[in-house]
Amino acid sequence: MVNIYLTIILSPLLGAIIAGFFGRILGRSATHIITILGVLISTVLALMVFDYHVLEKGAVFNQNIYTWMQVNGLNISVGFLVDGLTSVMLVVVSFVSLMVHIYTIGYMSHDKDYTKFFSYISLFTFSMFVLVMSNNFMQLFFGWEAVGLVSYLLIGFWHHKESAVEANLKAFLVNRVGDFGFLLGIGLILAFSGSLDYAEVFVSLGNTDNQTIWSMDLITVVCLLLFVGAMGKSAQVPLHVWLPGSMEGPTPISALIHAATMVTAGIFMVSRMSPMFEMSDVALTVVMIVGAITALFMGLLGIVQNDIKKVVAYSTLSQLGYMTVALGVSAYSVAIFHLMTHAFFKALLFLGAGSVIVAMHHEQDIRKMGGLKKYMPITYWTVLIGTLALVGFPGFSGFYSKDMIIEAVNFSQLPYANLVYYAVIIGVFVTAFYSFRMFFLVFHGESRVKHETVKHLHESPLSIIFPLMMLAIPSTIIGYLTIEPMLFKGWLDESITVTSSHMSMVDLKHEFHSALVMIFHAIQTIPFWMMIGGIISAWVFSLYKTQWADWVQTTFKRTNYVLESLYGFDRFNEIVFVNGIKKLGHILWKVSDSTIIDSMIVNGSARFVGFVSSVIRPIQTGYVYHYAFFMIFSLLIILTWALFMGDKPLLEI
Amino acid sequence: MQNTLLSLLIWLPILGGGLVILLGNKRATTARWMSLALSVLVFVMSLSLWTGFDSSTHLMQFVEKSAWIAQFNINYHIGVDGISMLLIILTTFSTILVIVTGWEVIQKQPAHYMAAFLMMEGLIIGVFSALDGILFYAFWEASLIPMLLIVGIWGGDNRIYAAIKFFLYTFLGSVFMLISLIYMYNKGGSFSILDMHNLSLTVTEQAWIFWAFFIAFAVKVPMFPVHTWLPDAHVQAPTGGSVILAAIMLKMGGYGFFRFSLPITPDASLQFSDVMIVLSLIAVVYIGFVALVQRDMKKLIAYSSISHMGFVTLGVFALFLAYNPNNLEGALLGLEGAMIQMISHGFISAAMFLVVGVLYDRLHSREISTYGGVINSMPKFTGFAVLFAMANAGLPGTSGFVGEFMVILGAVQANIWYAVLASTTLIVGAAYTLWMVKRVFWGAITNPAVETLNDINGREFSILAILALAVLVIGLYPQPMIEVMHTSIEHLLNQALTSKL
Repeated sequence: MVNIYLTIILSPLLGAIIAGFFGRILGRSATHIITILGVLISTVLALMVFDYHVLEKGAVFNQNIYTWMQVNGLNISVGFLVDGLTSVMLVVVSFVSLMVHIYTIGYMSHDKDYTKFFSYISLFTFSMFVLVMSNNFMQLFFGWEAVGLVSYLLIGFWHHKESAVEANLKAFLVNRVGDFGFLLGIGLILAFSGSLDYAEVFVSLGNTDNQTIWSMDLITVVCLLLFVGAMGKSAQVPLHVWLPGSMEGPTPISALIHAATMVTAGIFMVSRMSPMFEMSDVALTVVMIVGAITALFMGLLGIVQNDIKKVVAYSTLSQLGYMTVALGVSAYSVAIFHLMTHAFFKALLFLGAGSVIVAMHHEQDIRKMGGLKKYMPITYWTVLIGTLALVGFPGFSGFYSKDMIIEAVNFSQLPYANLVYYAVIIGVFVTAFYSFRMFFLVFHGESRVKHETVKHLHESPLSIIFPLMMLAIPSTIIGYLTIEPMLFKGWLDESITVTSSHMSMVDLKHEFHSALVMIFHAIQTIPFWMMIGGIISAWVFSLYKTQWADWVQTTFKRTNYVLESLYGFDRFNEIVFVNGIKKLGHILWKVSDSTIIDSMIVNGSARFVGFVSSVIRPIQTGYVYHYAFFMIFSLLIILTWALFMGDKPLLEI
Repeated sequence: MQNTLLSLLIWLPILGGGLVILLGNKRATTARWMSLALSVLVFVMSLSLWTGFDSSTHLMQFVEKSAWIAQFNINYHIGVDGISMLLIILTTFSTILVIVTGWEVIQKQPAHYMAAFLMMEGLIIGVFSALDGILFYAFWEASLIPMLLIVGIWGGDNRIYAAIKFFLYTFLGSVFMLISLIYMYNKGGSFSILDMHNLSLTVTEQAWIFWAFFIAFAVKVPMFPVHTWLPDAHVQAPTGGSVILAAIMLKMGGYGFFRFSLPITPDASLQFSDVMIVLSLIAVVYIGFVALVQRDMKKLIAYSSISHMGFVTLGVFALFLAYNPNNLEGALLGLEGAMIQMISHGFISAAMFLVVGVLYDRLHSREISTYGGVINSMPKFTGFAVLFAMANAGLPGTSGFVGEFMVILGAVQANIWYAVLASTTLIVGAAYTLWMVKRVFWGAITNPAVETLNDINGREFSILAILALAVLVIGLYPQPMIEVMHTSIEHLLNQALTSKL
């Protein structure tokens, strides 16, 4: 098996290296064929791995490949842990990546750095595989930072745009804030367990009993620190600020990195660490609340966005919040389930948005669209499927995963779970509202497209349409097919630990009958009517009575202002962190370093020496008679002293 | 042959340097090729230190000993262990780089320039291999001279100020070291460093000796607050000078802590470890903020060097708190992390200074604001620059990560707050490095001169590619290096933890 895993990891890396170093020589089509082939091999093998580990219940694979470092008894290796959770992630990542590779052929066809782009997305795929297949924290951190690096490079891919290179710096630094916590968490894990290997760490979790740090349980602190890392990568409030900016990157990577895969790394990591998080209700409560805040409040921001990609971006933030809530209520498998469905329908939505953007000649403002349905039928229908999946329309994949999250919160015994329950219910309305607002504004109603653009409006080429159709399939059916085995029939049982006091999953299982029954049962549930309400409101405000939207905006000016200024996070960060730190650095440099240490102390002592010597210097006149005079004069004094003074004067006076 | 290997490594470049001077500046091409051949030869020879190294013992290897000044029991006594061996190879490697770097740019007295670097190479190898206190001191001081000349002759506009500041500062520091060496000779009757390791010293004696050594080594590292000579020296030094200064000369200070302070004054090291850690953390955090606001690229990298070297001293002195009788890993992680950090910083800082050098050679400006959008005219070069910037920011997979990772893991076991403060480098280090990258390499071209820049030529490409390879190999597979130093470091740990009282 190890050869299969190695091939999964290395074939995109090889593709990336070939594309990166020889892309210009090989030319465009050779480059994209090679990289697509690399990812295709990974995808096929990932499906085999999935078949073996999940469907056939093969044994968990946990083995080191090589020793990265051996310090006395501490072994840090590069190795693979492949089980149900890893297999699911492998399939999701490789499939979405493959679709994005194909899509890129059409989307980036006019870009001069075409081959470089392929190199980067293959490198990203490699990094993501390293992350999900890791069996230890060092390698996890490697993958974690490597995907961050590629994300940095891709957000700033159009490096001539100032906004793009500002956004990628911001993304990297905000992620580093998360990594700061993550690394300290890893440090504490090593301190109590003496190992960085997952399995060994989980075995030694008992060591943390009764240990405290910062007057909290050690395990709580460890979990919270790890979660800070997850907040960075999975863009949870307040570390979410980088994700909307990441939309400066080309759309294929928004789909691949900033919607489907990389941003879910935090969700994956917390699920992987479920044995730890299960030991701390405090940490779980924090996770749940942070998730709920992100789910609701980032969704609200989606309502006031007019950039097609920004709407989808805020929707991603909100959905990541839903996954985090699921983690908090110990429904890890539900989080992974939503991660999977979301990966498909959100990639679909982003790629669909990209298709619209290409047709609109890179116009992204949805107020300048409208009525695109008749020009782009395939994009229209696939985006409709994605949108229905996103809002959780019964039967579509997102319906199952979102419903399960809401129910899991309902069953949770954690403090504040009832408040969180309301938040995620309201979130359903919000999701439906902003999703369909965008959908209606783009595809329905009268056309607001500029005249010269209209003439060129047409459906996108096959390389763009094909991935849309391929992603529409799982967006429709994957939830129906996998809800039962994944949540209740043990696909992820070996990967995830839930203590018996956390009852959400047990209760869910108790209530669950079949995927089909859920559809019919949906009409009797609140989330369904919230969703319908959201769709109808969106229709009213964006198609039926558009003047009402203006009226709401002017009447609730303050609310609108708060939303449009994105709750002021950016301005706060700008003033306090960016400018504050620059000022601090300046003061330290100019006042402390240059003036006090260098000018006053260092050069000051040099000047002091100079001063002293300038005082002494006149004595050394260079005239022999001056020296002779001093010698004789001194001799006189010494003689006088020797003759008449002291303990035993030579002459008594 | 084997017995004289170290001597050859020391004297071959020194004598070869003399030969190059004799060739004279008029036969510059011959001088260049000869220097290159010599440096490559020395590098290849130094590799046999590694291949012939026995990593199962902490004892000195490749030892040579003969009387030098017999009446004072001063010997020509040299040898290496796992610590010094790596630093010697770093030295021979870096020397090749600087000779190739100065190939075209240095038109003023080119033979003398090459000779200075060759001689410095020999002297620094002498520093790392000397096992006699006086011999060590002689090499230590002698190595200042070529650097003084390099800054003073081939430096920038304010080179005299910088050269004299550098010289006086480091010279002043080492005088105190000499006094301690003589004191210990008077007490123990031997200048042998290994004898000094076993010399029993009282608390007061150790305290005095510790601080005397501290002055010598802290200036060299440099530690806060005796660091201000470094930015000045770097800014004025030619690219090659900066490379050697950052890659090797700073390591002499770190090496001093390994070879002298810990084993000779273990009790004082324990006693003052808190002070040392505080100074290290100031270096990491405070200097990081100072680096952030620099406008001159070389200054920025110089400050970043100080910040990164803070990890070395942190790793060294955190060992006392991280030590746990049942679990040596915490202390070992700190020490070996410090060592890896020194090697890695050798490569990364060299690479960063070379990157600035490439730009400086073209536009004669080190100001960040001169540039912007360099990627448009120099895409290959930008690829390297971004890689090295990421390594400087400690990205996993590069050597910059390994040392910091180990030191932070060790620091957690000493005191979580040390680790918290040290980890801020993840954010601040990335901020100052990538902000510079953003302003220099990304964005639209604002200065028309940038548009005319030629991408790196084959010579520049090969230097950067070799460094990139080194940075990646250490990052992806540090184990061979750890293996070779492990026994020596473990022995050092024992020495540091064994009280002399």
